[in-house]
Amino acid sequence: MLYINCPHCGMRSQNEFSYGGDASVKRPELNKEVSDQEWDNFVYNRKSLRGKHLELWQHISGCRQWIKVERDTATHEIFRTFKADEEVA
Amino acid sequence: MQKYSIFNLVKNAFSNHENWDLAWKDPTPKEEYDVVIIGGGGHGLATAYYLAKEHNITNVAIIEKGWIGGGNVGRNTTIIRSNYMHDENGLFSEFGMDLWRKMSQDLNYNVMFSPRGIINLAHSDAQMNAYARRGNSMRLNGIDAVLLNREQVKEIIPMADFSENVRFPIFGGLMQPSAGTARHDAVAWGYARQADSMGVDIIQNCEVIGFDVSAGKINGIRTSRGNIKAKKVGLCVAGSTNILAEKLNMTLPIETHLLQACVSEPIKPVLDNVVTFGAGHFYVSQSDKGEMVMGGDLDGYNSYAQRGNLPTLQHVLTEGIAMMPFLSKLKMLRTWGGIMDMSMDGSPIIDKTHIDGLYLNCGWCYGGFKATPASGWTFAHTIAQDRVHELNAGYSLNRFNTGHLIDEKGLGTKTWIS
Repeated sequence: MLYINCPHCGMRSQNEFSYGGDASVKRPELNKEVSDQEWDNFVYNRKSLRGKHLELWQHISGCRQWIKVERDTATHEIFRTFKADEEVA
Repeated sequence: MQKYSIFNLVKNAFSNHENWDLAWKDPTPKEEYDVVIIGGGGHGLATAYYLAKEHNITNVAIIEKGWIGGGNVGRNTTIIRSNYMHDENGLFSEFGMDLWRKMSQDLNYNVMFSPRGIINLAHSDAQMNAYARRGNSMRLNGIDAVLLNREQVKEIIPMADFSENVRFPIFGGLMQPSAGTARHDAVAWGYARQADSMGVDIIQNCEVIGFDVSAGKINGIRTSRGNIKAKKVGLCVAGSTNILAEKLNMTLPIETHLLQACVSEPIKPVLDNVVTFGAGHFYVSQSDKGEMVMGGDLDGYNSYAQRGNLPTLQHVLTEGIAMMPFLSKLKMLRTWGGIMDMSMDGSPIIDKTHIDGLYLNCGWCYGGFKATPASGWTFAHTIAQDRVHELNAGYSLNRFNTGHLIDEKGLGTKTWIS
């Protein structure tokens, strides 16, 4: 069982959350020309890192907020959690 | 190579089976090969076998980080089927079914292929309609499909829950009678033994740490056991695809996720077929030893850990008990996990890459085992001829760029829910 420290609610079990994928993916800026390759990278291509991975989770059975979680994909250890709009240094 | 036969079995019985030849050798890597296959799993071993058998290319090495057959080919639920709706998947898998049927003879190794049939249960009228459509598509591609009503399903699997007041009543199901199971380790060992006998070097405990690429062409690989020159290199590394892609500065439409499976204690024969629950994700069959072999959903987050987490197992087995209540009485014997190369449309990639001489075989999601022979056959063709075969033409890498996705389940890019 993973335990995720929701920045809004505190430590909760993984059963309350749903996964949202790689949080480092950025939607292309729409105020400029966007190439097919940029759309490709946004929609499909993923680094799928082994090790530290910044990812989105939603506290679906709690506060329903989206959060960012820094987790190790090899050991499942969770290092830090952030609010969705928080910048991650 | 020593042939496996009843006569040799009897002959060797007289010497207490102590004088059998080794099934494959343990060679030191040569300086150079025509083709290097990275990944000694089912697909890699099959690729090497078909390179030698179909294309007469025998100066081949298989480079394996651990031991052969220690990854997903040894961690799956052994289901073999071709019940796909889309032409690309259906025709590819049905080609594979033909290879499965003659595999034991072809490899001189009993892979225990057991075409016992698979039944996908339907739990609503809408699902029956969807299955009728899929069954018709399958039959148009020459794949056997039978739509069963509730009574027909009950006759085949009376132990399923047919009571009236259940949340997901069984309306019927779609059956592919020619689908089945096989002994997964035997598939890896059979391919390894034959490939070895034709001159392929199987190099274990050898990790790839880099690639030698210059002027857009592959020249070789760097490994924990030294540099190896190669004219062509094929990647067959399933859940480790992204790790090697990073070394090649490639970003792929693949995410690595964790899938668990489990077996119960062995019981007397009760289930003749493979059965899947239609209102969730659960499948079960019974092994020859009597264990109920079960699996279902991914754990649901990116992972390279070859071990799972209990919440998902509980969720999957809840579905199993909803489908077949007697399963709740069984004790669990083993659980295990493997890492899946989940592609963004649920279909695989067998293609050339932008690097000359580098070939890619990945994205099998959790359907890799059944594809072993067809994947090896088409990948060998792609490497040997330097062009894709019509069977894997749809499994191109650039389909994500051109929009020609093969999204069998219509789930889109949320790989962790597929």
